[in-house]
Amino acid sequence: MSHLLRIEGLTVTPAANPQRLLVDNVSFALAAGRTTCIVGESGSGKSLSALAIMGLLPSALQRQAGHVVFQGHDLTTFTPAQMRDIRGKRIGMIFQEPMTSLNPVLNIGYQIGESLAVHLGLSGKALKSKVSALLEQVGIPAARVSSYPDELSGGQRQRVMIAMSIACEPAMLIADEPTTALDVTVQAQILALLAELKQRMNMGMLFITHDFGVVADIADDVVVMFRGQVVESGPVSDVLGNPQHPYTRALLDCVPDAEGSKPLKPIDYAWLNESAQ
Amino acid sequence: MSDFILTAKGLTKIYKQRSGKFGFGSTTIKALDDVAVSVRQGRTLAVVGESGSGKSTLARCLLQLQPLDAGEVHFEGRNLAGLNGSELRAARRHLQMVFQDPFASLNPRMKVGDIVGEGLLIHKLGNASERRERVVRMLQRVGLLATDMEKYPHEFSGGQRQRIGIARALVLEPKLVVCDEPVSALDVSIQAQILLLLKELQQEMGLSYLFISHDLRVVRHMADEIAVMHRGRVVEQGDVARIYAEPQQEYTRKLLNSIPGQHRLAH
Repeated sequence: MSHLLRIEGLTVTPAANPQRLLVDNVSFALAAGRTTCIVGESGSGKSLSALAIMGLLPSALQRQAGHVVFQGHDLTTFTPAQMRDIRGKRIGMIFQEPMTSLNPVLNIGYQIGESLAVHLGLSGKALKSKVSALLEQVGIPAARVSSYPDELSGGQRQRVMIAMSIACEPAMLIADEPTTALDVTVQAQILALLAELKQRMNMGMLFITHDFGVVADIADDVVVMFRGQVVESGPVSDVLGNPQHPYTRALLDCVPDAEGSKPLKPIDYAWLNESAQ
Repeated sequence: MSDFILTAKGLTKIYKQRSGKFGFGSTTIKALDDVAVSVRQGRTLAVVGESGSGKSTLARCLLQLQPLDAGEVHFEGRNLAGLNGSELRAARRHLQMVFQDPFASLNPRMKVGDIVGEGLLIHKLGNASERRERVVRMLQRVGLLATDMEKYPHEFSGGQRQRIGIARALVLEPKLVVCDEPVSALDVSIQAQILLLLKELQQEMGLSYLFISHDLRVVRHMADEIAVMHRGRVVEQGDVARIYAEPQQEYTRKLLNSIPGQHRLAH
């Protein structure tokens, strides 16, 4: 299987303190048309991994080692200008907060059209009709093209973010907790929309979440992160159905189930530290 | 009925919003529309709903932190709306709240010992050394140390801060505790710890909980009964196992159906 994205030995540290491994030797791969979920708790390094893949690490952090191979090219050798050409065009991005990722003083049509103008050179009628088509595709009436972000609900804003991210028909979509801020019924709609778009456009999707329920719904493959390291990865049925690593098992024991039949068991970190040695 | 520690009925809360050109018009929103809920002694009633459904307004109105436009709240047989300021303060000793955000709900300039002990001081319970002893005992009970009294909230993690918030509420030995999304800001492993702690304390202290949450998996685990809110109304209410198994209302079905982890979307 040829991989759309291959991460090899990715390591991220603070620039001032290279001993502290925030992301520690992370490797995994993603194929076209598949969804890989990175799951972990806060501080596990899942968001930093995504930022490092896109070359968007904050300036206080550095990618100390590792390669990000996308469509056969090592992105870590790319110049900032080359990366700008990849981001938004070949790799789409969606973030958690639809409230803060949109510009409040520009209408949504302009914001969706921006990447089409920049990357594909569209303008005038062609641009307008493409923006309308994108809005319809994500379930927003094209008549709302002149609306401003504050006139939309949280779910609609996330739909706008999705329209922006898929505008240039990227080969890969990186979504960092895209439904965490949303109500549960809206979350279900957005997950269904993403799954449908992924299928139709044959995108690879890298989906970051802390919610095992979401993982069970959308993942083909799962990468479990803990303290910067990948502790377990594999097909979703294996990782959720027959977890091998003590941390994965412990984390799954913390998740309440909808039937209420499973007793909650908090993580015994002392035991976990011992068994890690 | 003595079986219920808290009964509320006809609760109505209307918010007026400026609207139209330059805000000269006004629209009204019924945040609570003729809501009735009751909490059984020693049990947990969970109020579930999505954002804007009115569940947090309900919590605040039940505690009289916000005035009601109509309705009655009977706590241990007394109508809270009929109490004057000092009577209400006295009643609140037995009616405590645990808040959602463990970062915003603790005064950053106060030491943990003072935060937890403040209620004892206000209600004039015990002398200084007795108060100190009760604070220490409560901190230890929620999994913190006696030495933590001298620290400030910023020295603690989110889960530890929520333990401080729980100690602050429970040191007064309340009868009813309103928990407003107490674990929604926490990681799932910390969430499990806090939920188990709340359950243990309920058993030990005979507490009744009004548990507000948007997370239907957490609610299934915590509640004896649930009230489903939608647009300011309680659309369905009853035994949690029965409602999860056989929801009667369309909205409840939709909500339960949206719990992630039930439908494979990938192929």
